[in-house]
Amino acid sequence: MDRRATFKSTWLAFALIAPQLILVFIFFYWPAAQSLFWALTLEAPFGGATQFVGLQNFETVFSDKLYWNSVRVSILFALSSTTLTMVMALLLASFVDRQLAGYRVYRFVYFWPYAIAAPAVGLAFRFIFAPDAGFVSSINKVFPNLWNPALDGLDAFILIVIANSWKMIAYSFIFFLAGLQAIPRTITEAAAMDGAGVLRRLWDLQLPLLAPTFFFLLVINITESFVDSFGIVDIITGGGPARATDLMVFKIYSDGFKGLDYSMAAAQSIVLMVLVVSLTFVQFRYVEKRVHYA
Amino acid sequence: MIERTPVLNFFTHLAMLVGIILAALPIYIVFVASSHDFQTVNIVPMPLTPGYSLVENYTKVWTKSDFGTKFVNSFIVATGVTIGKIAIAAITAFSIVFFNYRLKMLFFWLIFVTLMLPLEVRIVPTYAVAANALSPIQGVLNGLFNAPALLLGLIGIEGLPQVALKLPEWNLLNSYTGLILPLVATATGTFLFRQFFLTVPAELVEASKMDGAGPIRFFWDVLLPLSKTNMAALATIMFVYAWNQYLWPLLVTTRPEMTTATMQLQKLVPGPLFGQPPVWNEAMAGTLIVMLPPLLVVIFMQGYFVRGLISADK
Amino acid sequence: MADIAISNVTKSYGKTAVIHGVDLAIRDGEFVVILGPSGCGKSTLLRMIAGLEEISGGTIAIAGEAVNEKEPRERGCAMVFQNYALYPHFSVAENIGYALKVAGVAKAERMRRVREVAKSVGLEEYLDRKPSQLSGGQRQRVAMGRAMIREPKVFLFDEPLSNLDAKLRVQMRLEIRKLHQRLGATSVFVTHDQVEAMTLADRIVVMNAGKIEQIGTPSEIYDRPETLFVAGFISSPPMNLLEVTIPVRGEAHAGDIVISTPAFLAGKPGAAAMIGVRPEHLEISAQGRFSLQAEFVEKLGSVQLVHGSFAGRDFILQCPATQPVAAGQRLLFDIPAAAMHAFDPATGARIPKVQPAGRQNEPVAA
Repeated sequence: MDRRATFKSTWLAFALIAPQLILVFIFFYWPAAQSLFWALTLEAPFGGATQFVGLQNFETVFSDKLYWNSVRVSILFALSSTTLTMVMALLLASFVDRQLAGYRVYRFVYFWPYAIAAPAVGLAFRFIFAPDAGFVSSINKVFPNLWNPALDGLDAFILIVIANSWKMIAYSFIFFLAGLQAIPRTITEAAAMDGAGVLRRLWDLQLPLLAPTFFFLLVINITESFVDSFGIVDIITGGGPARATDLMVFKIYSDGFKGLDYSMAAAQSIVLMVLVVSLTFVQFRYVEKRVHYA
Repeated sequence: MIERTPVLNFFTHLAMLVGIILAALPIYIVFVASSHDFQTVNIVPMPLTPGYSLVENYTKVWTKSDFGTKFVNSFIVATGVTIGKIAIAAITAFSIVFFNYRLKMLFFWLIFVTLMLPLEVRIVPTYAVAANALSPIQGVLNGLFNAPALLLGLIGIEGLPQVALKLPEWNLLNSYTGLILPLVATATGTFLFRQFFLTVPAELVEASKMDGAGPIRFFWDVLLPLSKTNMAALATIMFVYAWNQYLWPLLVTTRPEMTTATMQLQKLVPGPLFGQPPVWNEAMAGTLIVMLPPLLVVIFMQGYFVRGLISADK
Repeated sequence: MADIAISNVTKSYGKTAVIHGVDLAIRDGEFVVILGPSGCGKSTLLRMIAGLEEISGGTIAIAGEAVNEKEPRERGCAMVFQNYALYPHFSVAENIGYALKVAGVAKAERMRRVREVAKSVGLEEYLDRKPSQLSGGQRQRVAMGRAMIREPKVFLFDEPLSNLDAKLRVQMRLEIRKLHQRLGATSVFVTHDQVEAMTLADRIVVMNAGKIEQIGTPSEIYDRPETLFVAGFISSPPMNLLEVTIPVRGEAHAGDIVISTPAFLAGKPGAAAMIGVRPEHLEISAQGRFSLQAEFVEKLGSVQLVHGSFAGRDFILQCPATQPVAAGQRLLFDIPAAAMHAFDPATGARIPKVQPAGRQNEPVAA
């Protein structure tokens, strides 16, 4: 990258990069540092004397049963919605990759949900799965009270997993499909000449060659389900019932903006940040691994 | 398709049709629900054919929620964020790729690392910054001015005067700037442009130098026209991203005339405690109204969209 | 071992026909090279033999059995692809042994045969490597090994040497030829490189625009091109072509220049013809009846090519490198009648020479 022909004017280079650096500083690094500051201090951020308390806020957070509940819910949510999303996306992508008649139509429709805002997905699914309206509630006519996400924590959890996966499948689908289509056609043909049928090729060639895409999406999906699920939870369950869907990001929001406990919210933000950062590092490792097949 | 596999093909088609139903049915149900009157929409299960109250529901929800104002706001924000992101990503990548200076790798990483700091994890302090956008600068300046005093204090020399600089407040709450500016910084966009600029042959720079063009001319006359496809790709993903923003507008706007369409979803139904029955037909009409613009963008720009996503993330 | 019978095979994508009725009989154990410019349909024909492309019309039979409806794996063909198409996540051993694994051959037996094949292509040292850790030539050998291990009835090669550098290409060419001598399997080799075709083939099939132009041994193709296309395609430097009219038998006129053609054409006097003669067959001598002003000289080591114009067309003379020639110099030469080829300018077909009495075959040039 340094061997390239370049322009000399250094002041211009700084001027060009300055706007982004300023934005990044004001809206990313300062708030992140601020989080850390608040997490280590007590008292409100707007005026009033702040007091350095070390790790006391973290101790409070970690000794809070409600916090561990939200961690447990978040991890379960991340695991189940990532599994559901990736299995469905991989299935659909390998079907579409066969390029049977009309595959363009399928590809087109599978991609739609990506465009829809999380809260809109939330509202739609809240209606479809409502206990007293919509569709799924018909099951209550046969088995009364079998399905009630308003009262049953498990039902509510299943509902946000389905809604989140429905939205996320499209993204993984596109990447799986791109990964499958990047496999050179002649490799598939060579395998056909070697006697491997469609399913055998899927198992022996396409899936192993998708491994890099798979790890990439695994991390992306887990990260997204940690941070991007706010809209869905806020609209469908509001964290309830009985905190059964109180995801970490939702708890930060409600502690910080509803409970106005900035120090607690900041300490939780730091934990979530560490989590996201380490996931991203894991991803980078696989990004590098991915280059190897080329 | 190398072999003939009629049985497998049949099952593939079958599975893909199930997939279509899974992907499209929720949208269809929203549409059908938005076309029924209040009684019909609450029948369990709701009829799967459209009803007759379509126009009525939409007019009602449109005026009741003041979607007119909200759409204008959403369009301003989405367009602002999109243009801002493209502009800032392009000039940043231009600086990183086509200039040589010592700090550029540091700058690149400073920007790139923000990928790991999504809005959701720094939401509380970012909100504080939005309340006074100059506070970070004030903080840094005060830190710099007082550093000598603090350092001397550490080694026991006290009594140096402390400076308390007070910049004017710049409140971004309830403003378009507040809705747009914090979303404009873009690691993804910068990365996409950087990757593209790296594929521009060095000879092109040399040729334009020989032709007497300076950096700005080169950027404007050569680089930008070449980047059209990339900009279209980035614009489509960013428009959808910005339109669908929910948490941030929820925080920075309190005055109803500044709220966006996506935020309005929260107000279409009573809180999610499943208390009093929501007016589902109108709520679904509102949902469809809100989801339509990004959906149309994706449908019409699908090619660009997919290209943008994949080249930005891979 | 098997012969391949291709009869009246056509291929079209939608309404676009890319192969128009090809007939070709390949004998058991023969090495046939299909030669043609890119886009002539040669690869498509090969892929139809392999079963990778559907056959739009006609039949292809391998070992006397029509294979139109058979899947690639049932045809007993192995193929070496242009980009090798190695499985990037498999080791060399796994790549070579994959066909056996699919066929359910036990692991011990599989490994034994993989080692045997790897040895014969000189890869025993590399069995555990991944394709990305191999050089171009080594990858090529893996692709060959993968084809060999199945002991196929038919070897198909789709421009397998075009990704190699010049030196390796010559070496691999030799190895492929040796392999064929050793295994004796019927082989079909597609290329656009005439040198490859001339050196490898028992017989060459020249294709152009979805049709076969000529089938013959390398020397037949060189000595007796059946069409103007073959004449132009097979040769480097290109054959010199002259547009002539034939007023009387034994004489041809190109503009003001009169060329004598002994008892030449079967065609009617007055007809137009194209006369072709290879640069290497022109005789340069002080007594030459024709002259050419050298415009520039290309030195190729042992020979040199003198470019100029003759009878209003670009014209090339080949002479030994020892002869001193400079640009601007005038060279005298003769066109030996025996080295002349004549073609109908309208159809491109060869115009047969009138056979001298008592001779069955046309005299060979030079």
